[in-house]
Amino acid sequence: MEGTIHTLQEFMFHTESITYLIIVAALIAITGFWLFLNGRDEE
Amino acid sequence: MSEDTAATGKSYFTPFNIIAGLIVIMGLVLTVIRFTGGLAATTNLSDYNPWGLWIGFDLLVGVALASGGYVTSAAVYLFGMKKYHSALRPAILTGFLGYALVVLALHYDVGRPLRLPYPFLVQQGTTSLLFEVGACVALYLTVLFVEFTPVPLEWLGFKRARNLVVKLTLLLTIFGVVLSTLHQSSLGALFLIAPSKLHPLWYSPYLPVYFFVSSIIAGLSMVIFESTLSGRFFKHKMDETHLAEKDTIALGFGKAASFVLAGYFIVKVIGISAGNNWHFLQTGYGAWFLVELLGFVALPCFLYAVGVRDKNVTLIKWTAVWTVLGVVINRFNVSMIAFNWHLPASERYFPHWMEIGISVFIVTVGLIIFKFIVNRMPILYEHPDYKSAH
Amino acid sequence: MSISRRKFLGWLAAAGLSTSVTRTARAATTQHFTGYPDSVGVLFDNTRCIGCRKCEAGCNKVNELAAPDQPFDDLAVLDNQRRTSARSYTVVNRYDQVNYLKGPLYRKIQCNHCLEPACASACFVRAFAKSKIGAVTYDETVCVGCRYCMIACPFEIPTYEYDNAITPRVMKCTLCYPRISKGLLPGCVESCPTEALTYAKREDLLQIARERIRRFPQRYVDHIYGEHEMGGTSWLYLSAVPFRQIGMREDLGVTPAPELTAGALSGVPIVVGMWPVLLTGIYAISKRKEKLASEEKELAVTTAVEQAEAAAEAKLAEALAQADEEKKKAIDIEVQKALEEAARPETEEAEKSETEEDS
Repeated sequence: MEGTIHTLQEFMFHTESITYLIIVAALIAITGFWLFLNGRDEE
Repeated sequence: MSEDTAATGKSYFTPFNIIAGLIVIMGLVLTVIRFTGGLAATTNLSDYNPWGLWIGFDLLVGVALASGGYVTSAAVYLFGMKKYHSALRPAILTGFLGYALVVLALHYDVGRPLRLPYPFLVQQGTTSLLFEVGACVALYLTVLFVEFTPVPLEWLGFKRARNLVVKLTLLLTIFGVVLSTLHQSSLGALFLIAPSKLHPLWYSPYLPVYFFVSSIIAGLSMVIFESTLSGRFFKHKMDETHLAEKDTIALGFGKAASFVLAGYFIVKVIGISAGNNWHFLQTGYGAWFLVELLGFVALPCFLYAVGVRDKNVTLIKWTAVWTVLGVVINRFNVSMIAFNWHLPASERYFPHWMEIGISVFIVTVGLIIFKFIVNRMPILYEHPDYKSAH
Repeated sequence: MSISRRKFLGWLAAAGLSTSVTRTARAATTQHFTGYPDSVGVLFDNTRCIGCRKCEAGCNKVNELAAPDQPFDDLAVLDNQRRTSARSYTVVNRYDQVNYLKGPLYRKIQCNHCLEPACASACFVRAFAKSKIGAVTYDETVCVGCRYCMIACPFEIPTYEYDNAITPRVMKCTLCYPRISKGLLPGCVESCPTEALTYAKREDLLQIARERIRRFPQRYVDHIYGEHEMGGTSWLYLSAVPFRQIGMREDLGVTPAPELTAGALSGVPIVVGMWPVLLTGIYAISKRKEKLASEEKELAVTTAVEQAEAAAEAKLAEALAQADEEKKKAIDIEVQKALEEAARPETEEAEKSETEEDS
């Protein structure tokens, strides 16, 4: 019984928390990737 | 108002300084009352009306009007419209000051301002749109701050640091647009949770879209408005480029604003249709909604268009003022006028004079700092060491 | 109120079945949440309430709230419609002439302890939580005082200590969480002399309410307020008259508050994921346009320069050719002249000798 999600509020807290962590990681990752893609460009 | 005192002998008692000084003194007194007497002593907030002018104006209007920063950055750096370059720094300064003052205003509004970092450091309410607003505003304030640092760095002569920051421009611009999209829309989304309290003509699942699109309109109009004011009060600080580009900016931003207003109008009509709320237009609130939609969205859309086509910069300048007023009215409607429309008149809210006093105080502080920076730092002119080729 | 043993066992079995259902239903957001099993609630029956305000007194005592301006036995207070305040978690209102056959009716107002509380959804520090036992609790140690919970609550329940300058709190009914956790009754339920308030598991209360409606259809409106409103509340109401006549909103709908904001929240990660891509694309396109434009300009300039040069050269060649011709012509003329000159002295001499001969 412990650990199951019984309310929409619990469910959304769980999903949104993970989503925010993904967002932060994604922003950092895409910045790095962008620098990697443009790494050899001579301006 | 006044002219700068640098020309002749240093007299600090200019009309602006006197009035601003009085307002600051009043503001400091009110601040003491706020933190000794609580919200009850300084506001007309109630259990039915937990949010008042400090949210409706300082937060909602403040954030909307500070959006010139991301709009101008996007135009110049992402869309490559270099002819608006001189509008960048004033817009970013306004944005930075605007957001900083929003954070200041929040310290007055929340019951326990020292706990403002709690949502990030102690316990995260990730299901809350206010959490999202807070996170994005905090991050965006940081972005704006970094975007602004070249100005004092140039002023202080720190060339290497300044050049390093300038290299980050594109990255900061993209971050800025992402964060702005998020928090501008989320401020509207805050009201999604209260459909039973916001009048159906203003409540819509499209609220986030309304707020985001109108923030673009507000940003474009504010840049024109400020450029007008700067041209009047800071003309002596403007270099040739800035003076020359003023009209270009008014025409270009006016054209953009006209088009975005047209889109906003369409989206708002779709919103009425989606909720099947046409019949509300015949009511008293409906009439007021039409004033907002026709008088402050459709009309400025048309006036901007005429101004652009006829190259009438004066018309564009006045339309910008009107449009900004329209955004203010919209934010007031959503947060105070159309909010709690179902309550009897005895329970409706009108700000306490002290609430107005604090808001005026905060705006004045912003103007004072703006004036200080514009008079000393390369905002309206290019620093001779960094003349860019453009 | 007494129940037969059979009925009680029947309800237990039903409760057991429903818990197994919740345990197995786990999927994506399309799933339906049924709340914590064994969650408690309170049933308010306004056909039994006499407006004595003893529940208000009990709540005040049990929660050690400030004494009110008028004592709880002052029924003149009921002449006015009241709402919850920072000093009263619950109030009773009187509704006159809602149906003159049934006399005045009363309604007790307090937090409804929603199954999906709007306050919990809205709070950005998670100060509100729906406990397993069913009470929606408030943690004053993290509350920042933003009052978004008060905006969110559709029943307009949470109040704020606006006159507290340093440590203001949100104030609302706690369902006597500490008491019910110890197996005691909430203060209001315990104080009620007419059993207008019944405390039991929510599922049981629904059965009780349905049973009352079934047995006395003339007495009750056929609706249990709170069964579905805003996704369901722990506080349930039975009424002799339509609920709007006792000041309860019938237009709140059945959508739970978290669903109202789920759409907007779901847009956030998409913006974060897609905007950088789109904006970089716009940047790349505008940079490319710039590059093409400057290349075109360069090409136009070099072409123009070449053309100008070629034209200049052609002009020069023409001019040179013309100059040459003119020079040639001039030379020819000179040669002609010279020849003429050379020829002239001969003729002049010839003429001179002729004239000399003549003289």
